[in-house]
Amino acid sequence: MHGRRGLSFYLLAFFFALFVLFLYGPTITIAILSFQGPQGGLTFPMNGVSTHWFGELFKQQAVGDIWGSFRRSFALGLMVMVTTVVVSVMGGLAFRKHFRGSGFVFYLVIGSLIVPSILISLGVGILFNQLDLDVHWSTSGFGSQLTWTLPFGLLIMFAVFNRFDSAYEEAARDLGASPWQTIRHVVLPIIGPSLIGVALFGFTLSYDEFARTLLTAGSYNTLPLEIFGMTTSVTTPVLFALGTFTTAFSFIVIGLFALLYWLSNKRRAIGKD
Amino acid sequence: MSSTTVKSSSAKPSSAKPSSAKNTLVGWLMASPLVLILGCFLLLPIIAIVAVSFWASTEYSYFPAFIFENYEFLLTSPVTLSVYIKTFMFTGITWFLCLVIGFTVAYFLAFHVRTLPMQIGLFLLCTVPFWTSNIIRMISWIPFLGRNGIANNALQDMGLIDEPLEWLLFSDFAVILAFVHLFTLFMIVPIFNSMMRLDRSLIEAAVDAGASSRQVLTNVIIPLTKPGIMIGSIFVVTLVMGDFITVRFMSGGQSASVGRVISNEIALLQYPAASASAVVLLLTVLIMIGIMLRFVDIRKEL
Repeated sequence: MHGRRGLSFYLLAFFFALFVLFLYGPTITIAILSFQGPQGGLTFPMNGVSTHWFGELFKQQAVGDIWGSFRRSFALGLMVMVTTVVVSVMGGLAFRKHFRGSGFVFYLVIGSLIVPSILISLGVGILFNQLDLDVHWSTSGFGSQLTWTLPFGLLIMFAVFNRFDSAYEEAARDLGASPWQTIRHVVLPIIGPSLIGVALFGFTLSYDEFARTLLTAGSYNTLPLEIFGMTTSVTTPVLFALGTFTTAFSFIVIGLFALLYWLSNKRRAIGKD
Repeated sequence: MSSTTVKSSSAKPSSAKPSSAKNTLVGWLMASPLVLILGCFLLLPIIAIVAVSFWASTEYSYFPAFIFENYEFLLTSPVTLSVYIKTFMFTGITWFLCLVIGFTVAYFLAFHVRTLPMQIGLFLLCTVPFWTSNIIRMISWIPFLGRNGIANNALQDMGLIDEPLEWLLFSDFAVILAFVHLFTLFMIVPIFNSMMRLDRSLIEAAVDAGASSRQVLTNVIIPLTKPGIMIGSIFVVTLVMGDFITVRFMSGGQSASVGRVISNEIALLQYPAASASAVVLLLTVLIMIGIMLRFVDIRKEL
């Protein structure tokens, strides 16, 4: 297997390149088309190059409440992110206790992953309706999104704790550390970089969530709901400009998390020397 | 086999360690936020759906009752059958394409890319779109598939077709294309994970014993990556079965699916009917997963 690269390598590499093109091609296409000239349409050819459609985004009345929905999605993403990190770490630590009934909790987590989103949307909608509560993005929307982000957070924590060497904890305990001190000064620093991964899942999955937020966001739209509303009414490249804008935002967020992860790993590597 | 068995037997929830009363108390306390959130936003909503599926409704409201009409109507309607057939068709084709593409990509990354940083880099390249908006990724197909889109123009320039193909956008073809585009990475990640955990000496042993690379693939790699294949399949199947937004957008509202029927009933405020449909969908998905889980113990794989 480690000899000269055979024909199969080049065929597979070509297949992989095609797949990456398939994955990113459409996104790159709309990124280009969002710079259409003012007279341009939804497809090629380009009718000049301009930032006209990005300008349209900033005119509030033109295409709905984009900035309001962006602010809400951003705030909701942060709320979901923090909650996902805290609850996943606690849950991950809990599972290490091998407590009785952990099987039930485990299946609850897996169930959360496989229940179709529309059931969460419908169920939470009905529940709030029956309890005479108003659905709002920060309450019902927040909870519904957690049913999607928490399983991912916990799966990451499972993977992290599977590789965790409990000798560190035993050493801390032998040196007289209390359980809380052990977690605070030994466990958390070791799992720290993985928490950045959990946070990334929490924020981005919330920021882009649609199906679970549909019936649970109430009268104030999140950004994906706003965008979906636009698809039926807007037929100009302003749609692409918005798409490019939020995708660029997602890439920036992913890049920031990657940078944080890299920095925290590097710091740890230096600390080890 | 030994190293994979050792690794998987250390998986947490199933590993045997006596659970003391103190551990149980502390465990539940630490898991309480998780249980509380999933209880309120997963369990209770599903219970509410099951309850409401027996309720009665008028055009504008719904109220407690214990009737089977919602189910009776659903299960005797010829529409239900055709919608389910359509949904199974979407699921089957999408699953097959995601499996073939996902396996090939994972195989390339795990066995043909030689350095770990390169493997991780290319793997991340495949997963980044997961953290971007699905809606935008669907919209992105418009300039590609439209009547005057890139695909049609290219085919016409090449002289392969005389007039634009109408079935590229807003069709079943577009729906499946979008599904594969959105969900293949759910197949790549678990299969790649299984492949990276696979003990390389097994492959060397097979080669030494005279196996061709095709035999290595079918007799060593595929059997040992079955857990990853199954987990990926569960993801893809449940995502497609419950989808309503991709079908609606990419078919231009022309195709039906179980999820779309439910979302239409919700839009018409027919909550009891929507609930009955949702219960039947949930049971269908659970049965499908039950069948798939017969092939793999998911708790051992985490």
